[in-house]
Amino acid sequence: MPNAGTAITLDRLAVSAQTPTIVIQPTRGPVPPRLTELWSYRELFGFLVLRDLKVRYAQTVVGVAWTVFQPLAMMVVYTFAFTQLVRVDTGSVPYALYALSGLVIWMFVSRSVSISTSSLVNEIAIVTKTAAPRVLVPLAAITSNLVDFLIALVLFVLFDLAYGRIPDWRFVFVAPLLALTFVLTLGLSLLLSALNVRYRDVAQALPFMIQLWFFLSPVAFTLVAGAAWERHVLALNPLVGILVAFRWALLGTPLALGSLGIALGVSAVIFAVGLAYFSGVDRTIADDV
Amino acid sequence: MPSEPVIRVRDLEKRYRVWTHAPPTNLKERVRITAASMRARAHLGERAQYRQEVWALRGVSFDVGRGEVLGVIGPNGAGKSTLLTILSRITEPTAGRAEIRGRVSSLLEVGTGFHPELSGRDNILLNGAILGMSRAETKWKFDEIVEFSGVREFIDIPVKRYSSGMQVRLAFAVAAHLEPEVLLLDEVLAVGDAAFQAKCHARVEEMARGGRTVLFVSHDAASVARLCQDAIVLRQGRIAYTGSAEEAVEHYLLSGREGIADGRHKDPSSPVSIGWAEIRSDDGREAVRIGAPLQIVVELEAREATRLSDLRVEFVINHPTGIRVALSTDFEDRERLAGKTIAGRAALVCALDELPLKPGHYTVGVLLFRHGELIGRVNRAADLTLVSGPFFASGSVPSNYPAPVLVRHSWTLEEPASAEIDARTGAATSATGL
Repeated sequence: MPNAGTAITLDRLAVSAQTPTIVIQPTRGPVPPRLTELWSYRELFGFLVLRDLKVRYAQTVVGVAWTVFQPLAMMVVYTFAFTQLVRVDTGSVPYALYALSGLVIWMFVSRSVSISTSSLVNEIAIVTKTAAPRVLVPLAAITSNLVDFLIALVLFVLFDLAYGRIPDWRFVFVAPLLALTFVLTLGLSLLLSALNVRYRDVAQALPFMIQLWFFLSPVAFTLVAGAAWERHVLALNPLVGILVAFRWALLGTPLALGSLGIALGVSAVIFAVGLAYFSGVDRTIADDV
Repeated sequence: MPSEPVIRVRDLEKRYRVWTHAPPTNLKERVRITAASMRARAHLGERAQYRQEVWALRGVSFDVGRGEVLGVIGPNGAGKSTLLTILSRITEPTAGRAEIRGRVSSLLEVGTGFHPELSGRDNILLNGAILGMSRAETKWKFDEIVEFSGVREFIDIPVKRYSSGMQVRLAFAVAAHLEPEVLLLDEVLAVGDAAFQAKCHARVEEMARGGRTVLFVSHDAASVARLCQDAIVLRQGRIAYTGSAEEAVEHYLLSGREGIADGRHKDPSSPVSIGWAEIRSDDGREAVRIGAPLQIVVELEAREATRLSDLRVEFVINHPTGIRVALSTDFEDRERLAGKTIAGRAALVCALDELPLKPGHYTVGVLLFRHGELIGRVNRAADLTLVSGPFFASGSVPSNYPAPVLVRHSWTLEEPASAEIDARTGAATSATGL
């Protein structure tokens, strides 16, 4: 039967095509993560994200309610502090909405960076005992925070509605702005998680740095810079541009294209530096842990 | 092997830089040293003194063919694990090249990524993904895995509530159901109780029979000898020996002893001590043929005249695995030696008609007793090599003879009396049978 013969030949071809030869040899320069390899580990990535979520909520009594409670509680505290004790001028926007919109972004960035910085050290077994691409570890840590971000975003929309406001067409820009925030966060996480493998000081110093960052970002208050140089220095903080643009999309406040441009540029640089450093040490990171 | 090797390793090298003492784990100290070394060349030494280069692998080359199980043995720090982490692509080699054809799974640890808060079910899926199994594959084998682990009734509760034995069994169960074309296996089999270990060994043997290529790293010589056909011995990052698993194990165990002393123990107050020992073969060659007579000569040094009736000399023949395979007592010859007295150096000769042991390398230890009390011991007084010889009338003894002891025997056919009659008369046996 000629058909059977053809089938066998094709079968053999298929088998030999599915068994690629893996070549192991020293490499020079940074080796960026191969997208095809990352794709082949997509299931592991999914499991890591799911595991983070399950572990985070498995042992807590109220579970997901924490994700709602935290930004809510902070919003209440800030609202009290910045409307009763110190007056912050947020124009026509109710202060509570101003603070909550900032917290939605800020909590995603700050949590992602602090969790992922220790991620490689915490996942020592995956780093030193498996061939899984190590980029997955900080990437999964950030991705699991996306769920918290979405819950907080829904909370914001509910408050928005409660204040009698309805999100308009600008709301769709949340998606690309989130993508930009993600790239910035990933860049920082790659850099800091890889640095933390060699220098454990990084994780030690991080809470302080994050606090500093908070005070230089318009999360709970508006930044009113006096001199021109102050404004320029502040604008170098990519979160300034990102927060202003987010509020434009969520609250309809004026958009500052200049600061958004700076945020884009700075985020791209941070991502490139983070990826380059991570790729440079990736091949021997298992020796350092 | 006519086909191309599945694993091909050529001149693999790995250098580690280690911080020798007071490793500066904090940034400040590292910055200070680096800054100091940049300021002045004189300070370069300061940086260098912290660093030392260690070659974990040097020029390692070997091939593994399809369906072969290659063992890698060696003492701690020989580079076994380094080799495995490089082939698993966890870290890069410093030089050299390796090629692996086919889907590779490496199992360097059981239960990688296991999380105590997750249920057994979730951990199976997660661990499967970490080991490179697809979700569909893990789900397909899920029942088998649970069955293998024997923790079915607890599968939906968090792993932190498991006993440590249960955790290990579950973890290994996942690993045992990996079906890659190439499996890189670290000494993960050394977990669990004896019954579970036997189950694991059987599983590896099954994989090899199924045509999978396995690289098995262990410092447990017995496991390597059991699971592998061939093995390499690594020592200080180099391949010290390549050959059949049995020979490699023998080499590993023998050379492992070279470093240590020959196990001399003597009672300083005793007037007699063991000098040396020697094996003499009938044909004067170094190796002794199995089935041929030999002599074990033990030299004693007596500082004062001593009657032989006060002494007793014994020899022990050890297999490289450390098992005593033969032991002499001089009970038989007490009378022949009883009247003799030795002073100074004297050689006692023990004649053996033959040593019915399989070919291989053995060591001979000597024990010396005086008035029934041990006064001298040399654990490795001489080496003994047995080679194939005229033990069996039918021919020589193959070197891979599958048992340690040879037994003289003869076969005959026992013919039942009734059958003889039947054959002679040609009558039918049915009547007597009933």
